[in-house]
Amino acid sequence: MPGSELEAPDSGARAARRRELPRLLKAITTSRKATIGTLILLVIVFVAAFPGLIAPDNPQAISYTPNAGVSWSHVLGTTSLGQDVFSQLLWSTRQTLIVTLLVSAIATFLSTFVGVTAAYLGGVADRAITIVTDVFLILPVLPLLILLAAYLPPGVTSLTIVLCITSWAFQARQLRAQGLSLRNRDFLVSAKVRGERSLYIIFAEIVPTMTSLLAASFLSLAVYVVGFAASLQFLGLGNSGQLMWGTMLYNAQQQSALESGNIWWELAPGFAVALLGAGFALLNYAFDEIGNPALRPVKKKRAARRSLPRRSRP
Amino acid sequence: MRYLARRGGIFLITLWAALTVNFAIPRIMPGNEAAAVLSTFRGVNPAAEHALEIEFGTNVHHSLISSYFSYLGNCFSGQFGSNALGESVVHAIASAMPWTLGLVGVTTVIAFMIGTLVGIFSAWSRGGKLDGLLPPFLFIISTLPVFFVGLLLLYVFSVKLGWLPLSGNYDIGSTPGLSLAFAWDVFKHALLPGISLVIVTAGLWVYSMRNNMVTTIAEDYVKMARAKGLSNARIMYDYAARNAILPNLTGFAMQLGYVLGGSILVEYLFSYPGLGYQFYTATTDHDLPMMQGLFLFYTLAVLVCVLVADLVTAVIDPRTREA
Amino acid sequence: MSTPPALLEVQGLTIEYLTDAAAVRAVDAVSFSVNAGEFVGIVGESGCGKSTMLFGIAQLLSPPGEVTAGSVTFRGRDMVRLSAGELRHMRWRDFSVVMQSAMNALNPMKSIGAQFRDALLAHERMPADRVKERSAEVLTLVGIDPVHLHSYPHQLSGGMRQRAMIAMALLFTPQLVVMDEPTSALDVVAQRSLMLKIRELQERLGFAVIFVTHDMHVVNRYSDRVLVMYAGQVVETAPTEQLFGQPRHPYSRGLIEAFPSVTGPRRELVGIPGSPPDLAEPIKGCRFRERCPVAFAACAEIEPALIDVEGAQVRCLLYSDAGVVGERERSGAPSDG
Repeated sequence: MPGSELEAPDSGARAARRRELPRLLKAITTSRKATIGTLILLVIVFVAAFPGLIAPDNPQAISYTPNAGVSWSHVLGTTSLGQDVFSQLLWSTRQTLIVTLLVSAIATFLSTFVGVTAAYLGGVADRAITIVTDVFLILPVLPLLILLAAYLPPGVTSLTIVLCITSWAFQARQLRAQGLSLRNRDFLVSAKVRGERSLYIIFAEIVPTMTSLLAASFLSLAVYVVGFAASLQFLGLGNSGQLMWGTMLYNAQQQSALESGNIWWELAPGFAVALLGAGFALLNYAFDEIGNPALRPVKKKRAARRSLPRRSRP
Repeated sequence: MRYLARRGGIFLITLWAALTVNFAIPRIMPGNEAAAVLSTFRGVNPAAEHALEIEFGTNVHHSLISSYFSYLGNCFSGQFGSNALGESVVHAIASAMPWTLGLVGVTTVIAFMIGTLVGIFSAWSRGGKLDGLLPPFLFIISTLPVFFVGLLLLYVFSVKLGWLPLSGNYDIGSTPGLSLAFAWDVFKHALLPGISLVIVTAGLWVYSMRNNMVTTIAEDYVKMARAKGLSNARIMYDYAARNAILPNLTGFAMQLGYVLGGSILVEYLFSYPGLGYQFYTATTDHDLPMMQGLFLFYTLAVLVCVLVADLVTAVIDPRTREA
Repeated sequence: MSTPPALLEVQGLTIEYLTDAAAVRAVDAVSFSVNAGEFVGIVGESGCGKSTMLFGIAQLLSPPGEVTAGSVTFRGRDMVRLSAGELRHMRWRDFSVVMQSAMNALNPMKSIGAQFRDALLAHERMPADRVKERSAEVLTLVGIDPVHLHSYPHQLSGGMRQRAMIAMALLFTPQLVVMDEPTSALDVVAQRSLMLKIRELQERLGFAVIFVTHDMHVVNRYSDRVLVMYAGQVVETAPTEQLFGQPRHPYSRGLIEAFPSVTGPRRELVGIPGSPPDLAEPIKGCRFRERCPVAFAACAEIEPALIDVEGAQVRCLLYSDAGVVGERERSGAPSDG
C-alpha cells in the first residue's frame, strides 16, 4: 500500500513515549474536570506538606474547653478533650495522604506486574494468574479488610498492608488487556530477539508505553483507598491515637459528636475524605475520557458553520 | 457449556479461598491478639475455646494438615461453631439475615434501576445537558464514602429535623408482626440507611452503565440499525441497551461485594441490627468464630449472585454457548 | 437529447469533525454523481476521507462528524435537508448500506432472521410468513441456505457473513447500495466470489453501487467508473478503463503502479513515499505536492481545481491553464490565496 510509514521498530516505541507526556499535560489543562481535580489535589498536598502554615494550634494539645462551639479562635470547634478541630484536621492531612499515595502506588505496581506478566507469559501461567485475580476480585473487600485488620496490631503499617492485599487485583484485568494488545508489537519482538530477559522486557519496554493507563489505574485505586482507609478507621480498626481523618471520625463517633451538637468534629473529617476522593475521581474521570475518546463530551457549539437544519439524532 | 464449567470452577475456587483465609488468619495472628480472642471465650464457652485452640494451632495434638481437613469437614457439615454469647454462629447469622437482606436487596434493585435508566438516557443524549452534568455528578457522589453520606443524612434528618429515627430497625415499644403500623415503623428505620446505600450505589451503576452504553452505541451494529431505518426507541432498547447490560451482568454482580461492604458501614452508623452490625460487634468483642462465619456468608452471597448472573448470561448471550 | 437525471447527485459536500480542539475537514467540497445501475468505485489510502464521505452520503455520521456544507440529492430530494422522519422512510427501501466487517455490523446477540425481520417490519406491516418468505428469498439470492435465518453471526463463516449482510441490504431491492470495503476482511478467494456475486445481483436487480475500497485490483475488475480521493478531495475521476489505461493525476499513477499485475511483466514495486497531510492544519496549494514526483513551483501556491480533461476530471495543475479557484468558488467554500 503506497505511503506506508517505514520506521525502525524501536524508534516507534520511543516516539510514542515522547509524545505521551506533552499530550497528557495538554489534555489535563483543557478538561474542566481535570483542572478542578488537580486543583483540589494540589491544595490538599500543600496542606499536607505545610500544615503549620495554616493551622493555628498544636493538634494534640489539650488546651481548650472541650466541645466548645464554632468561634473565631476555633473555626471548627474543639474535641471532647479540648483540642482544636481545625488544627487536627489540617495536621491529619499528611498521614492520610501518605497512606493513600503509598497504597495506591504499591497496588498499581502489583497490578501492573501481575497483569502484564500474565499477558506476556500467556498460556497456563496466564490462566492461573487470571484465576487468582478473579478470586480476589470476588471476595468482598470490606469484610476481608475488617477480618485482616482486626487481627493485626492497629496502626498505619497494618492498614497499609491490608489495603495493598485487597487492592492489587482491582486493575490487574485492565492492565492485562493492555499488555495483551501490545504483546506482538514489533519493538517487543525485537527486544526478545536481542535476547533481553523477560523481566526487562516487561518493565523497560511494555510498561513505559502504558503511562496513561497506569496513571488512570493509580487514580482509580486512590479513590477507593481513601474511602476504605477511612472506613476501617471509622469502625475502630485503626490506631485512634494517630493523626488521620479516619481516626478523627472514629473518636468523634465514639463521643456521639453529632448527637451532642459538636457536629464539625465529625463532619469536617468526613468532608475532607470526600473531597480527597472527589479530587482523585475527577482526575480519573478526565483520564478515562483521554484514554477512550468515545467518552469525551461532545461539542455543542460549532465553529463558523453555515446553518444547516439540525436533525434529532443519535 | 464450557463457559458454565469455567464459571463454576471459579465459584468453587473462590469458596475454597475464603475458607482457607478463615483458616489461615488465626494462625498468623500475633500473640496478643490471639490472647484477646481466647479471653473472650474463657469460661463462657469452653467448647468454642477448645475449637479456637485447635484453630490457633496451640493444641499440639493436631497437625496442620489434619486440622485443616477437619476444619473443612466441619464447614461442609454446617458446623461453624459458637460465638462469644454461646449461641451457634449459624443461628445468629440466620436471625440477623432478613434485616440485611431486605435493606441491601431493596436498595440494590432501586439503585440498579436508577443507575441503568439514567446511564442509558444520558449516553443516548450525548452532548445534551443531561449527559454533561448528571453522570459526573453521580460519579462524584458514588465516590463519596458511604458512611459520609450516611452521616450527612443522619445529621440533617435525624438530629436536626428529627423526622426519622436515629438508630435501630424498629422502635423498642413496637411489637413485631404483620401489621401496617409495624411495617411503617420498619420502613422509617430503614429509610435513611437505605437512601445512603442507594445514593452511593446508583452513582456506581450510572457510571458503568453509561460507559458501557457509550461503547455499545459506537459499535457498527448500532450504526447499521440506524441505516436500516429502525426507530430510535427500537435501536436504543434492542440494539444498544440490551447489548450494553446483558453481557456485563456478571461484572455488575461482582460489584455486589462493594455494596455489602457499604451495608456494614451503614448498619454500624445507624445501629441497624443486621449482619453488618453483627460483624462490627464481633470485631470489637474479639469474637473470631462470628467474624469468620460472617465473612464466609458474605463471600457466599456474592458468589451466588455472580453464579446466577453467569447463568443468565449463558442463557441470553448466544456467544457463550459456543465458548 | 437530454441525459436522464442522475440517481445520486453529490454537490460540494463538506464534512467536518468538530471537536473542542479544532474543526478537521475530512471531506472538502466533493461533487460527483451516480447514475442508475452504475458501479462507482472510490479509492484512496487510509484517511483520505472516502469512508467518511460514504457515511456522510448515507446520513450515518456520528458526532463529532457533521455535514457542514453541500447537498446530497437522491432521486430529486436533498437528503441532508430532509427531516428525520422523511429520511427514515427512505432508509433501506431506497438505499442501503453494507459495512466492512459483518462481524461488527451484525448484532451478535440476535439471529440473522431477527435482524432481517427488524429491517422489514421497520418499514412495512408484514405478516410473519411474508417476512420469513422474503428473508429466505434474499438469502437464497446470495447463495446461503435459508436455514441460517436461525443462526447467529458468530456461527457463520466470514464469507457467509458478508453475503448475509448483502442479502440484508437487498431486502427492499433498493436503487442504491453503498458499500464500505466489504471485501477487505476476506481472503482472495472469498473476495472474488463475493464480488462476482455482487456484480451478478447488480445486473439482475439493477441497483447502483458506490464501492469504497483501497484495493485497486477490485476496482479495476468490477467498477464502471472510479473516483480517486486524496486528503478529502477528489483528485481524479474517470471511467475505469480510461483511468487504468491512462491515469492522469500523479497520485492515481502512483496508486496504480503500487499494485502490480499478477499476469503482467515483472517490475519493481514502487510506493508513494511520505504520508498524507494533517487535515487539522490549513494547506496552501496542492495537497499532494509534498509527495508528488512531478510537482513544480506553482503547486505550492495555487490550489488546483477539478477540471474536465477528455472524459475524465483531474485536479492537477499539469492539466489546467488558469489553475485557480473556480470549482471551489462555485460550491461556496472559502477561497484561499
